[in-house]
Amino acid sequence: MQQTFVQPEFRVKIDYDKCHKCGRCVQQCGWGVYDFAERPIPHDEKCRACHRCVTFCPARCITIEKNTLAFRENDNWSVGLLKAVWKQAETGGVLLTSMGNPKPYERIFDHLVLDACQVTNPSIDPLREPMELRTYLGRKPDSVQVASDGAGGFTLAEGAGMANNIELATPIIFSPMSYGSVSLNVHRSLAMAAERLGILMNTGEGGLHEDLYPYQDHIILQVASGRFGLNPEVLGRAAALEIKIGQGAKPGIGGHLPGEKIDREVSATRMIPQGTDAISPAPHHDIYSIEDLRQLIYAIKEASGYKPVGVKIAAVHNVAAIASGIVRAGADYVYLDGFRGGTGAAPAVIRDHIGIPIEIAIAAVDQRLRDEGIRNQASIVAAGSIRSSADAAKAIALGADVVAIGTATLLALGCHLCQSCHTGSCSWGITTQKPELTRRIDPEWGAERLTNLVHAWSHELQEILGALGVNAVESLRGSRERLRAIGLDEQTCKILGVKPAGM
Amino acid sequence: MMRAATTTPPSGVAEGYRREAPPVTREGEVAVLDATGVYYQQLNDAVRDAIAAGATTVRITGMNGQRYLGAGLRATGVTIEAHGCAGNDTAMFADGPEIEVFGNAQDGVGNTMSSGRVVVHGDAGDVLGYGMRGGHVLVKGDVGYRVGIHMKAYEKHVPVVICGGKARDFFGEYMAGGILVLLGVNTQFPEQPLVGGFTGAGMHGGVIYLRGTVEPWQCGAEVGITEATAEDLSALRPHIEEWAAAFGADADEIMAGSFTKLAPMSHRPYGKLYASI
Repeated sequence: MQQTFVQPEFRVKIDYDKCHKCGRCVQQCGWGVYDFAERPIPHDEKCRACHRCVTFCPARCITIEKNTLAFRENDNWSVGLLKAVWKQAETGGVLLTSMGNPKPYERIFDHLVLDACQVTNPSIDPLREPMELRTYLGRKPDSVQVASDGAGGFTLAEGAGMANNIELATPIIFSPMSYGSVSLNVHRSLAMAAERLGILMNTGEGGLHEDLYPYQDHIILQVASGRFGLNPEVLGRAAALEIKIGQGAKPGIGGHLPGEKIDREVSATRMIPQGTDAISPAPHHDIYSIEDLRQLIYAIKEASGYKPVGVKIAAVHNVAAIASGIVRAGADYVYLDGFRGGTGAAPAVIRDHIGIPIEIAIAAVDQRLRDEGIRNQASIVAAGSIRSSADAAKAIALGADVVAIGTATLLALGCHLCQSCHTGSCSWGITTQKPELTRRIDPEWGAERLTNLVHAWSHELQEILGALGVNAVESLRGSRERLRAIGLDEQTCKILGVKPAGM
Repeated sequence: MMRAATTTPPSGVAEGYRREAPPVTREGEVAVLDATGVYYQQLNDAVRDAIAAGATTVRITGMNGQRYLGAGLRATGVTIEAHGCAGNDTAMFADGPEIEVFGNAQDGVGNTMSSGRVVVHGDAGDVLGYGMRGGHVLVKGDVGYRVGIHMKAYEKHVPVVICGGKARDFFGEYMAGGILVLLGVNTQFPEQPLVGGFTGAGMHGGVIYLRGTVEPWQCGAEVGITEATAEDLSALRPHIEEWAAAFGADADEIMAGSFTKLAPMSHRPYGKLYASI
């Protein structure tokens, strides 16, 4: 075989003086890094630095280091580019990777700071005073209807246009990740957590497994171009339906779940044969216009008894005009996915070079919908690298109603961002269908960790709101006056609708 | 969680139709609905109501392009007759009903359909049978673009689409399962080729039968083109008989023609496209 030019990215170091020779590392590694011949022998080239072996080594004798192999300095040709060229010269393949865009583009969230009350307008202590995070996902009425209560007062009229909204206990939901790309135990963990938290999980495009039926009131079911696993039964069960047009990690391209990941259960849920590739075409072939999108939105509404229908798009250059069309087409929410959003598999060239940051997209869409007087007609869900409650608060201040988190949920379940989901060998049992790996996630354990995470972020959001002197997350939504920019250029500040700090 | 109760019931005119319930007359197990000028929401509500009230045949007169007829309907042993032109996404997500259109049907017939049968006594438009995973769609005449796109089979669910006329480009694109047949016998375009270009492009499952021939340049690179064998023809025959019975044609005469079979050369056409990093 030809010698590869691509040297290992990592060095697996074992302190053999401490090593128990127990073989735990051999058993834990999903990538087959270790051989065992009286003691574990690592093969560096297979290591993805996922730290599964490091975490579970009873002797704590393993460490993973960067391969510091020196190259002559070259700012133009990074080592990553060299490796990509060599890999493609060897294989002729499109380079496939996963998770979100890791490139050093400016992170706008990190250039935004929030306001706080001092002296003139008192801040609020959320531990001792009411602090409302409850959020309604869906179309809001143009005006509020009231009715006489018969005693000289008024009450909100029956329905009052809010009937088709979904109540969320906190403005954080779980982003779509399909069963197939992640394991069923991950889906179970997300669904159980969503129910406990009073929020929503999202099936992604792989259909709704029957084990999730008990949690159906907390589930968004996706309708993507592959139309996997969709029938009136599951449309009738989900709390809301979502048309997936695009994904931040791979705008404009389809999905492709390799045949290796289509086992019996995945096949039954997607309703496709085992072992064949599950191909989602790049476009929905019944959507070539906003009018066609409207047709699909209302087809789903007709078929589901008029449940809320959202539309998920990747944040791209013309996102504001597209979002306006989506709202006018009748969507109950617009889901914007920024270019740092994760994926179970995407060509690296697409993931790293297409799309725009979510911060820009939220501000542009919120402003456009306000300018057109249709902001009330749909909620905005923002995703694509919401990394903390601070990001969530800033996204809401920029104009989002709700944020969706995906990568953060996987981190909670053990993900170490090794960007290898597409291999199907996840050592943490998350993005794999191998039974010996998927059983590593106990859904009860997973649900507890996810619940902890969202509770923690929600408490932090309450603290932020308290500092801002407001007692409901609604008061922060689109309140860009409560944001200031540090180190952003004038044009970016203008697009964001945010003043520089000091003004 | 809050939920929608039902359709919002505003009155007035929408997209040229009246938001009013259609007049319904009941003759035993047959409900007759006059769809003239009625908006699709009210029409479909009336169809669902009639079935819930025990009608086994719902006869719709004055059908003129109303969308979503039978969309998401879960019902077996029920026939919906549409007299006139059936609109876009007829039988979308349908699971069980028989829908017979006495006239033409517009785009998206049988879109993401689960089971049941649609019979169109006329021509049908684009994206017919998109993502369909079960049931039968029979069209007497010509069909448009991207017909049979991404049809898929699963275990005992095998969708069948038979078109009596000719088809345009992207016939059977991305096809992942099922049986897609084009006969070319009832067409208003005698001068046109049987099928357009990009036939079976991206096909990775299922089978296409064409009554006649196709040039390799008309087909996707993933497609293997062969003459149908005796075994293929005997598998095809019951479907042709079903089509012939629906439209009063002679199955033997149709089967006497020569059939070309298109099948994918791989279930994993893109398996070697990628290199993992």
